[in-house]
Amino acid sequence: MKRVALLLLCCLPAAAQERRSGFADMARETQALQADDAMNPAMLWVQEGEALWSAPAGPAGQSCASCHGDAGTSMRGVAARYPAWDMASQTPIDLAGRIAQCRAERQGAPPLAREAPVLLALSAHVGLQSRGEPIAPLTDPRLASAVTEGASLWRERRGQLDLSCAQCHDDNAGRRLAGSTIPQAHPTGYPLYRLEWQSIGSLQRRLRGCMTGVRAEPFAYGAPEYIAIELFLMGRAAGMLMETPAVRP
Amino acid sequence: MARVLINIPRTIAAGETITVRTLIQHLMESGHRPNGDGSVVPRDILRRFTASFEGAPVFTAELSPAIAANPFLSFTMTVTESGTLTLRWEGDNGFDQTETRRISVT
Repeated sequence: MKRVALLLLCCLPAAAQERRSGFADMARETQALQADDAMNPAMLWVQEGEALWSAPAGPAGQSCASCHGDAGTSMRGVAARYPAWDMASQTPIDLAGRIAQCRAERQGAPPLAREAPVLLALSAHVGLQSRGEPIAPLTDPRLASAVTEGASLWRERRGQLDLSCAQCHDDNAGRRLAGSTIPQAHPTGYPLYRLEWQSIGSLQRRLRGCMTGVRAEPFAYGAPEYIAIELFLMGRAAGMLMETPAVRP
Repeated sequence: MARVLINIPRTIAAGETITVRTLIQHLMESGHRPNGDGSVVPRDILRRFTASFEGAPVFTAELSPAIAANPFLSFTMTVTESGTLTLRWEGDNGFDQTETRRISVT
C-alpha cells in the first residue's frame, strides 16, 4: 500500500507538486555561477544596461534616467509585475516591449529589435532591480482574456511531435528528457544567461526553442501569443521570487 | 571595448594570498562551426591572458578554441605591498584590452 502511495506521489503532475524554480534542478556548478555576481556572465549585460540607462539616446538627448531617475528605486519590483496593459496599443505588453516602445516613441531613438544586445542589456538591468521580489502579476481585468488565451496555448498540442507545453512541464516535470531534468517552466529569471546559447536571451527566445523542439513553427518575435503565454506563466509562478539575471544550462 | 568584471577582495592584509576573478565578454568563435551557407565561421578567440603586478607577471594563460564564450579566469597571488594590477587580454583580429586595478594593502 505504501509503495502504491509512493508511486502515485512520483507521478503527480507539476500542478499538484510543490512549485520549484529551475534553479533547484541545476548542477551545483551552474547554481554557483548564478549565485555569485562576480561569476555570473549575465552581469556583463547588466553592467552594459546600467551604462545605457543613463546614456542619452535620440534627438532630444534624453536618457532613461532623465525621466525614471535611479533604476534602483524607480524600477524596483517592476519586472515582477509585467506583462502589463498598454494604453497606446490597447494590447498587453511585456517588459522588453515597453522598453523598446519607450525608446522609440519617447526618446525618439531608432527602434530596438527583439533580442538586440541593447534591449537585452536594458531588460537585464531593469530585471535585476526586482531580484528577490515575489512575482506579483497585475489583476487588471483587461488582461484577463490574454491570460485565458495563454492558458489555452499552454495546453494546445503543436508541431510534428504533437506535444503541448503542459504535457512536458506539468505532466512530466521533474522527470528526464534525455539527460536533462524537465523543469516546471517558471519564468523567474528572464532575461537569463543560458550556457547552451553562450549568451543572454529572453523568454521569447526560450519559448521559440521549445517550439522548434517539438517541430512546430514558432511565432514571430514579439507576437501577441508569446505575451499571452508569458502572462499565463507569470500567474502560474505568482509569489515565486525573481532571480533575474539567472543562469540556466 | 569588451565588458569586463574583475573581482578583487576589498581589504587585503600585507602578505595575504588573494584570489582575483575575471570575466570578459567575448564570443570565443571556435573556427570549426559552419555558417548558414556552409562556409566555416572564421576563428575569433582570445589567445592570451596576462596578469602583472607592478610590471612583474603573476599569472598567464593560453586560451584555446574549445573554451566557451565569455571566459572566466581566476588566479591567486600573494600581495606584500600596495601596487597596480594590470590585466591584459589578447586575441584574434587584433583584440587587445588592458584593465588596471589599484590594490592597496592595509
